[in-house]
Amino acid sequence: MINDIAAKIFSGERLNEEDGRRLFHHSNITELGMLADYVRQSKHQDRVVTYNIGRNINYTNVCWVRCKFCAFYRPPGDREGYTLSDKEIFTKVEELLNIGGDVPESCEILLQGGLNPKLKIDYYERLFTEISKRYPAAYLHSLSVAEIVYLAHISKISIEEALSRLQFAGLKSLPGAGAEILDPEVRNMIAYRKETVQEWLEVHKKTHRMGMKSTATMMFGSVETIEHRLKHLLKIREVQDESRLNHPGYFTAFIAWSFQPEGTELVHTKKATGYDYLRTVAISRLLLDNIDNIQASYVTQGPKIAQIALGYGINDFGSTMMEENVISAGGKSFVMPTQEIERLIKSAGFAPRRRNTRYEFVPTQ
Amino acid sequence: MFEELINSAGLEDIFGKVTEGERLSAEDGWKLYKNENLPAIGYLANLARERLHGDRVYFVRNQHLNYTNVCNKGCLFCSFYSLPKDPEGYVLSPSDISERMETYKDIAISEIHMVGGVNPKLPYDYYLDIVRAVKEARPGVSLKAFTMIELEQIQRISRKPMDEMLLDLKEAGVDALPGGGAEVFSERVHEQLFQAKSDSDKWLETARLAHEVGLPSNATILYGHVEQIEEKVYHLMKLRELQDETNGFLAFIPLSWHPERTALDHMPGPTGQMDLREIAVSRLMLDNVPHIKSFWIMNTPAVTQVGLWYGADDMDGSVLEYEITRNPVTNRKQALTHGDMLDMISETGRQPVERDALYRIIDQPTASRPSYMNPDANVPLEPASYMRGNL
Repeated sequence: MINDIAAKIFSGERLNEEDGRRLFHHSNITELGMLADYVRQSKHQDRVVTYNIGRNINYTNVCWVRCKFCAFYRPPGDREGYTLSDKEIFTKVEELLNIGGDVPESCEILLQGGLNPKLKIDYYERLFTEISKRYPAAYLHSLSVAEIVYLAHISKISIEEALSRLQFAGLKSLPGAGAEILDPEVRNMIAYRKETVQEWLEVHKKTHRMGMKSTATMMFGSVETIEHRLKHLLKIREVQDESRLNHPGYFTAFIAWSFQPEGTELVHTKKATGYDYLRTVAISRLLLDNIDNIQASYVTQGPKIAQIALGYGINDFGSTMMEENVISAGGKSFVMPTQEIERLIKSAGFAPRRRNTRYEFVPTQ
Repeated sequence: MFEELINSAGLEDIFGKVTEGERLSAEDGWKLYKNENLPAIGYLANLARERLHGDRVYFVRNQHLNYTNVCNKGCLFCSFYSLPKDPEGYVLSPSDISERMETYKDIAISEIHMVGGVNPKLPYDYYLDIVRAVKEARPGVSLKAFTMIELEQIQRISRKPMDEMLLDLKEAGVDALPGGGAEVFSERVHEQLFQAKSDSDKWLETARLAHEVGLPSNATILYGHVEQIEEKVYHLMKLRELQDETNGFLAFIPLSWHPERTALDHMPGPTGQMDLREIAVSRLMLDNVPHIKSFWIMNTPAVTQVGLWYGADDMDGSVLEYEITRNPVTNRKQALTHGDMLDMISETGRQPVERDALYRIIDQPTASRPSYMNPDANVPLEPASYMRGNL
């Protein structure tokens, strides 16, 4: 039934929207897996699965946006709202370096927080400069489009200025968080106060133009349909085409994760299944022919489905995380020690290799 | 097209045998366990599965009864048992059983699954009484009860030959036997993990006698602890051999071991790939066993659903009151609703078929794909305005 699509894949021809649609309606998941694995193998020859040592630091949970799918935020003025002190942040960075070692720029710091009206550009400049100065092993893969747009807005500066000042202070690359589903209809439902589709795409393009790399994501399984997912993937592919052609930066990886309804206003939404996740990552691998790496989301899927996904186009297991507060604010989340990540990779027949945020191998001591 | 991928995965000879309907050898089994391309193995298993069952997925609404947790076998992989003098030990009396049946009397079910520990204190009549208690409460519902291991104990205490004792149980109301207690047919694993329990020869002998008196059974393997590939293949070959003779096995169920709260809880449990592989390899090797069941309670609902494309045609059921393993994260009992099961099956594009313990068809509900898969579906607008009102 999908032999013609398979033929395109074997000949290296790009899949079109209709191909993607048919794949999303194709039930035989083993066929999707075999095709995605074929593409994965052609992009990553030596059966290696990488992972990254990094940690989330959720520097503030104060946020005025109130997204439907978020159980983490506290509105400004709420007694449970917090902003970490510099000292608390440094301690967290040091905890990571104790695990990750001192190879320069090898330990990923994922500073992410709410849209806190108190934190302007100077706060970030000072913090980033300080972290970069103190910790050469740290690599600031931090913030997200929403934070960039908001901090530029309240600091009364342009996005370009915000990005270049952050870059100068030590920001190395931009995580793809907040893409959710890049469709106005869907965003209007689940995150209408957040950045628009255009803003998300523009900030990443600007990031690429300035020579910073970024990642792209998709949060599926809330209110969207397959059509929205499909268009989301094609938009990402289009930006990547443009960046690869014209800019020094580009998307290093794509990460799909499923919406976690617990504790959110959409609590009655049925959680996306592992079957849906595997199908979605396989199709991402097949459609996103211009993105090198597809990352697993074991935090949302759990170790079993994340490991199975290594046969569905995934070539990277993501980060050790150390702590995770956003997804777990809703319900359970899975955080895993390096040892367990390596065991899962090995028992799927791959060699585990540590990488940095630029997807270069990190020498192990 | 996919043939090329199967060939480049090094599976062309097995592919040939599967399409010709030719029986696989032990060497083929080893190869399937060692091959790194899991989706390709799933693809092959799915061919075998579709030849037998098309798009059907069997499920059951069932209630579990664990009549005692007292057990003198001390298997190292088990977290359920209490030793005979342990204060946490319990025995459900026939009237307790009636009460449990009463609790769920308004819920539609079509199978009762009743197993327990090997409790040397229980007299022969006890077993017949609890069977009768179940059947009295639910006369029309099929009863699957007592593993081969329990049957040895019941036979011992009955002082009757095995076949006579089995006929007593059948007359009292047992319709079929579950497949538990087989563990791994390996003397090495037997010595290491469950030496107080009888070995594979005895398990197979009891199964043979049961099949001969007209009691069909299931069969299992417990994987993911210390067993090796060759031992698993041997296990499957032994079951296939007996099935050739008796044709008494209804279903084979690979059981994903849970290390938590056992004597071996320092060991990691089976991975998701291992879970799918066990399903696929057993479907391919056991060409004479009608059903392969993916037991969601052991391998997680997510893996079970994917397993419906890796050779499984049965996903067990609602499992009300299942006690033997718990959710590793919440330590709670688990159950699925009828709606959950229909959703899980229909999302994968397959046809749900409700069955009883003997795989007699109860119902073929219509099922529709989830709304997110509908290309014409719009994002529902109503919740948006509702939620805006909330802010």
